[in-house]
Amino acid sequence: MFKAATSGPAKVVTANRLDSGLVVFLDPNGGWALDIAEARILDDEELDDALAYGKEQDDARIILDAYAIDVEVTDGLAVPVRLRERIRAERGPTIDYGEAERQRLAGGQAEAGE
Amino acid sequence: MYRYDEFDQEFVTERVAQFRGQVARRLSGELTEDQFRPLRLMNGVYLQLHAYMLRIAIPYGTLNAEQMRMLAFIARKYDRGYGHFTTRQNLQFHWPALKDVPDILDHLSRVEMHSIQTSGNCIRNVTADQFSGAAADEIVDPRPYAEILRQWSSLHPEFVFLPRKFKIAVTGAERDRAAVQVHDIGLQARRDANGRVGFAVFVGGGLGRTPMIAHKINDFLPEEHLLSYCEAILRVYNLFGRRDNKFKARIKILVHETGAEEIKRQVDAEWERIRHSALALPDEEIRRIRDYFALPADLRPRPAESIVLNRARAGDAGLDAWVVQNVVPHKVSGHAIATISLKPIGGTPGDATAEQLELIADLAERYSHGEIRVSHEQNLVLPHVALDDLPALYEALERNGLGTANAGLVTDIIACPGLDYCALANARSIPIAQRISERFGDHARQAEIGELKIKISGCINACGHHHVGHIGILGVEKKGEEFYQITLGGSGDENTSIGEIIGKGFSSDEVVDAIETLVDTYLARRDTPDEDFLAAYRRLGQAPFKEALYGTA
Repeated sequence: MFKAATSGPAKVVTANRLDSGLVVFLDPNGGWALDIAEARILDDEELDDALAYGKEQDDARIILDAYAIDVEVTDGLAVPVRLRERIRAERGPTIDYGEAERQRLAGGQAEAGE
Repeated sequence: MYRYDEFDQEFVTERVAQFRGQVARRLSGELTEDQFRPLRLMNGVYLQLHAYMLRIAIPYGTLNAEQMRMLAFIARKYDRGYGHFTTRQNLQFHWPALKDVPDILDHLSRVEMHSIQTSGNCIRNVTADQFSGAAADEIVDPRPYAEILRQWSSLHPEFVFLPRKFKIAVTGAERDRAAVQVHDIGLQARRDANGRVGFAVFVGGGLGRTPMIAHKINDFLPEEHLLSYCEAILRVYNLFGRRDNKFKARIKILVHETGAEEIKRQVDAEWERIRHSALALPDEEIRRIRDYFALPADLRPRPAESIVLNRARAGDAGLDAWVVQNVVPHKVSGHAIATISLKPIGGTPGDATAEQLELIADLAERYSHGEIRVSHEQNLVLPHVALDDLPALYEALERNGLGTANAGLVTDIIACPGLDYCALANARSIPIAQRISERFGDHARQAEIGELKIKISGCINACGHHHVGHIGILGVEKKGEEFYQITLGGSGDENTSIGEIIGKGFSSDEVVDAIETLVDTYLARRDTPDEDFLAAYRRLGQAPFKEALYGTA
């Protein structure tokens, strides 16, 4: 099903999983991948069918609100053009959080105290 | 603290069961997303940038150790080990799975908590001064009235489909720590010459894309009329508030377009019709609710000076700085109110890990009669600490990354989750807050700068209250890049003002330098070290700050 982008900005279709809410990307097998590296890269001609499939998957209660995003493709890997979508594709905030943040801050304190 | 009666418990338990059914029907396909969305929002469940988000109400910012432990439990079992305290004294979990939310709500209901009305076009969680019931400068504890409002507003049949959301804040001191003048209704509890309790009533304040300061429409509303008067305001709003344009639907727009005098006339006319109805509050009921909020029975006056504390402060500069900055006087001699900063240098404003929440619960039991408060400035508060216990409390906090001595200083930054989490945001807030915090992290430098409130929002909805920051920062997207617009001179206290835009925005790379330029300009131009940033700005105006930033006065 994979096909390289032809003209115009390449696209991938993204959504959130209904049960977990996590960000997902339509993959070449019609599944929904958490990693954008596994996303199916679409050209303009394929987009309508992919979005129609997303709607079917929405109706089937797999995902929510599928939509297309512009990506730049380098070595077959899609990188979203918009910052918002780059952050979604990273599957988390651009800053650390929770225990990882606490440990970072504790490390900083220890160094400052030395 | 208020304890649920049978009615409260039954009501919350039934709501959990109802939502469990709604989630099951959504997952089975009986409900479409369009049908389900308003139901989940009424239970505090949003779909955000990365995942669902659950917003939990902490009524008037008061919670006990058991409730805090439950939040820690939920963070660990159902989320990613942390929670985020918001500018409306709520707590948000950023990662819950929809299928788990009914179980989470079930756990919450067992400790008298819920997420009802933390979203949607209804009356939201009532917020209050975080020092309520403890502050030395308090005239009236506002929490009994906030609780009465909570009971009245919970699933009030007339007010569950308002034109837009509706926020009420209550304070009971002259010093406004609850930002009441930027709420839909702001209430300032006070006493008249005869000692009777009443309220100054402010209406039509708000932030967002159209910031407005509320108008005072009643100077002294006797306490027994609290509900009838608020009901009258809500009725006028519900009837005349715009429903044709989401951006003009808040009561502030109605007040602005109609005029405060005319709104007052309409409210008074409606109030006249209903003031003697069942909404009139009997003395007995006010007393009954007030009794829940009595000071802990074993909190007794102690000597005003603590030798233990004084000796410890003399030998520990960190403790001394923390006491100066984070500790304020209590109404009972020998006690104090301690702010636990959730703004470690370089950290995420308002975040706390499950372990930190549990530690704070333990410390609250050991040192604060089991009571904890959440501030709208995204910090936590232990309201009843004996002066003798402050050294041990500080030591425990400091050991666990919670001893930052910066309450009210330049690194005590309010920041919304921004584009790192929020589906509405245009730009990131947290990384900007972290970089400013690191830039000004040196304690001596912060102390020299003095009180300076920086507030950051990642979009025009202004959850980070940037309009009322002494320095406000608003993130915008310009040609795909993040830019930050700076406002100066805002304030959310008893002398509320809306910040003024200083000039063109700054890129992400430039904005921290710009803030430093503003701070340096203030330091160079202040009259005395006692003249804080806001006072200096109000005296000097924009010109020297604009000149420093852009070279063009």
